[in-house]
Amino acid sequence: MTEPTRIRAQAQGGKTTVRVLMSHEMESGHRKDGSGKTIPSWYIQEMTISLNGKVILDADFGPSVSKNPYLQFVIKGGKSGDKLSLSWKDNKGQTRTDEASVA
Amino acid sequence: MKTSFTHSPKRRDSLKQIAVLSGLLAGLGYSSFAVAAYNKAAFDSKSVNEAIKLQGGGTLAESKEVLLNAPDYAENGAAVALGVSTALPGVRKILILVEKNPASLAASFEVSEWIEANFSTRIKMSQTSDVYAVAVMADGRALFSKKEVKVTVGSCGG
Repeated sequence: MTEPTRIRAQAQGGKTTVRVLMSHEMESGHRKDGSGKTIPSWYIQEMTISLNGKVILDADFGPSVSKNPYLQFVIKGGKSGDKLSLSWKDNKGQTRTDEASVA
Repeated sequence: MKTSFTHSPKRRDSLKQIAVLSGLLAGLGYSSFAVAAYNKAAFDSKSVNEAIKLQGGGTLAESKEVLLNAPDYAENGAAVALGVSTALPGVRKILILVEKNPASLAASFEVSEWIEANFSTRIKMSQTSDVYAVAVMADGRALFSKKEVKVTVGSCGG
């Protein structure tokens, strides 16, 4: 099971600042467990963010992104009530999509 | 441009298909933004230069117009806050790389016409290293800023 992505979007002064916090282990594949075995990599690779159904940001991550990835970006324009949707897919093929409205 | 419609209809795939389709429509004058496939070779690369080239960057040039906001010291290598931005027109991608991590490329952002070239995130650093912020321009130039971040406690090798 995956946890929801937290999305906060605030429209102000002609632009919208978006802050997202995805819930994911982002295991690098370089760590070892207590018995010395390498923990397999497990991380979000691809992410797409849409505004009112239109893709506005396509981001790709490597395993160097921190656990529970944080991302902040700025939309040109945007207004209160606009719908944001974030989808991610990890290296095991698991996916998740969450939505939020611009405040 | 290849699109396979034979695999299972996951949402992400359909997003990509829509993006590919709108890419085709762009040729007809519709506004669009094509979602690129995950570039595994670039994310596996151990070299900063190679990873930038694999992400479409050509001639590398240091630029004061590319701003990298990074701490001098990171007490915790597991979460180092970074900000990258540029006001330059014609930015295609923003890349964040950590020279001495097992794989250099940490994140890659496709800059569409609807967003600013301005991103903040948190990354893991295994040891003290130069961090690169790169703006891959529409003309292929790769403009970068770099900064050394000293890590007191690394995130890797747990």
